[in-house]
Amino acid sequence: MKENIVIVGGGIAGLEAAAQLLELGYKPIIIEKSDRLGGHVADWNCLFPDMSPAKDVVSSLIARSAEANIFLNTEISFVNKLKDSYNIMLSNGISIITRIILMTTGFSLFDASKKEEYGYGIYDQVMTNRDLEDWFNTGDDKRINDSAMNAVGFVHCVGSRDEKARNSQCSKVCCITAIKQAIELKQKFPDAMIYCFYMDLRMFGKKYEDFYINAQRDYGIRFIRGRVSEVGENIDGRVIVKAEDTLSGKPVKVTLDLLVLMAGMVCNPDSTKVANMARLPIDSDGFLKSKDNVADIIESPKEGVFYAGACTGPKTVPETLAEARAAALKIYLYIKGLE
Amino acid sequence: MDFGFKLSPSSAINLDKVDLEKFEELHRAEPDVYKCMACGSCTSTCPANKYSGMSMRKVILALQRGKEKEAVSMMRNCMLCGKCTMVCPRGINTRHLILSICRIYEEDVK
Amino acid sequence: MIYQGKQKIWADYQKEIPDNHWFYVRSCIRQNFFPGAEKMFMEICRGLLKKDFFETEHHTTCGGIAYHCDTIPQETVMTIVARQFALMTEAGYENYVASCITSFGNYIEILETWKEFPELETRIRELLWKACRREFNKPKYVAHASDLIYKYRNEIAARAKYRLVNRFTGEPLRAVEHIGCHYAKMFPARGIGGAEYPYVLCGMIESWGGNVIDYPERRHCCGYGFRQYHVKANRGYSLSNTHKKFESMEPYHPDFILTNCPGCPYFMDRWQYVIAETEGKTYGENGYGIPVLTYEELASLVLGYNPWDIGLQLHQVAVEPLLDKLGIEYDPKEKYKGLNEKELMRPELPGVLRCC
Repeated sequence: MKENIVIVGGGIAGLEAAAQLLELGYKPIIIEKSDRLGGHVADWNCLFPDMSPAKDVVSSLIARSAEANIFLNTEISFVNKLKDSYNIMLSNGISIITRIILMTTGFSLFDASKKEEYGYGIYDQVMTNRDLEDWFNTGDDKRINDSAMNAVGFVHCVGSRDEKARNSQCSKVCCITAIKQAIELKQKFPDAMIYCFYMDLRMFGKKYEDFYINAQRDYGIRFIRGRVSEVGENIDGRVIVKAEDTLSGKPVKVTLDLLVLMAGMVCNPDSTKVANMARLPIDSDGFLKSKDNVADIIESPKEGVFYAGACTGPKTVPETLAEARAAALKIYLYIKGLE
Repeated sequence: MDFGFKLSPSSAINLDKVDLEKFEELHRAEPDVYKCMACGSCTSTCPANKYSGMSMRKVILALQRGKEKEAVSMMRNCMLCGKCTMVCPRGINTRHLILSICRIYEEDVK
Repeated sequence: MIYQGKQKIWADYQKEIPDNHWFYVRSCIRQNFFPGAEKMFMEICRGLLKKDFFETEHHTTCGGIAYHCDTIPQETVMTIVARQFALMTEAGYENYVASCITSFGNYIEILETWKEFPELETRIRELLWKACRREFNKPKYVAHASDLIYKYRNEIAARAKYRLVNRFTGEPLRAVEHIGCHYAKMFPARGIGGAEYPYVLCGMIESWGGNVIDYPERRHCCGYGFRQYHVKANRGYSLSNTHKKFESMEPYHPDFILTNCPGCPYFMDRWQYVIAETEGKTYGENGYGIPVLTYEELASLVLGYNPWDIGLQLHQVAVEPLLDKLGIEYDPKEKYKGLNEKELMRPELPGVLRCC
């Protein structure tokens, strides 16, 4: 089958959709701006709630989609709408005529340094959820000193549910990620006191609540309901965190050896760029706008353009994979309809 | 010298200074004490609450914030009726918990 | 502390400041608190740097304290401010510089409010006309006086007689900088360096050779807080906030504190005395306090002015330990002499805080 299918983004959504389309007998084209596949998941160490290794998920996806035409280090220079197709010009000089575009452009991690009061990039002992995953992977980060990890804090909702940071949406996965990371740190440093500062805990997914109870009961992670308002640095380089313990209605202060900021998901500027070229609408939250947010989340209002994964809003890994499969089927039926 | 004003006491909780030794002991005896998610079901159903301020939720919190006296004075008003055990969605055996608190925080109860 | 991280933020919050031709307005209270400061501002800008700074005796309070104490409505403050703008317009100036942080915040807040609600500006123009038959142009640029000393900091450094270096050890002096709340907390983009890591005073300290201390309660209020102090029943809160800051900066052993607000230096200076007398605690070396300076006073010291000519004898906390570290020569006998050698009264010495 000769039908060109262009998949924009080689993260897990793009790879899963490509794998499904290959099984359906097509040979999709994956365009990936970075030099490797797997997107954000490839940076992660273990995935909640069963602690499955992220690299297993990614390598299996890469193996299953290996037959696709994959362009790494490639960006989209422009998109022209032709009569009943699109002309896509790539940064490597190749141009593709296609009737079908699948946007799997994903999200960007919120830049935690924008929340200046938390001192990311200024105070020595402040890191993000991604930095911590990187440490789980490499064991190399000068912020984590094995012999001095007595108290660690997690700040939920960094750049999420935050109108001032221009992201009013909930990033969905950070609550459970914080619990996962808190447990992992507690396993590595059993004597450390671990605090989670949260506004709400949104344990919506399968087994999430069990994971949360686990964190409380078996690991003794301390949950403090209150958003961290300000972080300062002590004379010995540790951080001092201020919040309100809203359950007792009192301000609370604690000195920590490490503070982990749960940076949220925001729309990917590259996604917006491609959307503008293809004249795709943007929703009020900055993510791509679906034809319908209930019934047609994977369809764009434009003919032949489909979405899968976090390009339309924060999603978990299983949700993203499910959307990618649904999009592959939708594309298959769409092509059948054209014939 | 008296200026007619002086330093005001701070209401802030400094977690660095909270001694949790007894709470750790309580946690060993009652692992479920950490499962409380502060929903308040216990408090709203407590017959002593409206008249005495007894709140199981607040007791659990106060013990973790170094306010043992406050917790114990609330608990004096408990009548061990068992309503809180019935309503707790996390299945905490509050009756057992209360008795463990009385044992471990014996000095504060006096 | 990652210094480059701060530099990145500082680079995001820079503002263009016109170099010359300013309409200067003084603060209501600074001339009582630190009378040398505003005089020295004019001396440095006008006398030394030969810039054009104009001031008029017709200028009044901006109404900021009354506004923040909830004793006058916003329209009243706006009309008072409109009159100040009218004075500027009549004098032929477009750049407006305020000595007081609360005034600065007040002006910025009012201009931003008029931007959002132009009908309010129209109404204030009417009220001003009815009240005193004046008309005004809005300033093209509003600065705080510390913005200008910041702007001229390198020119001052080039003429400096002293560097902020401890002459006994050769080490840079350790400085705590304290920014008035109304400088940038309301409109972070209007302050040099923003609101979380303001650079306006850091820039001066660095340029003149000192080291800036960042301590946990750096952002905390000085303790003045208008109603905290003005209502006597709340005065303990004022003292407690100041105490919190001193407890937090104590381990860093600062050599001095630099401020850019009328209230902050006053309360951080005077409350050290009250803390010493009530708690028996002092924060400087050998029973002294930590000297608290305004940026004009520090600039003047660096430029080599006589400490007693710039009003340092009016500080509660003795500045002599700092003068000794800077290597500034002074005559202790001259400390309480005013203009034309007139003998000023001598203050009673406190019981605990060492002052000489």
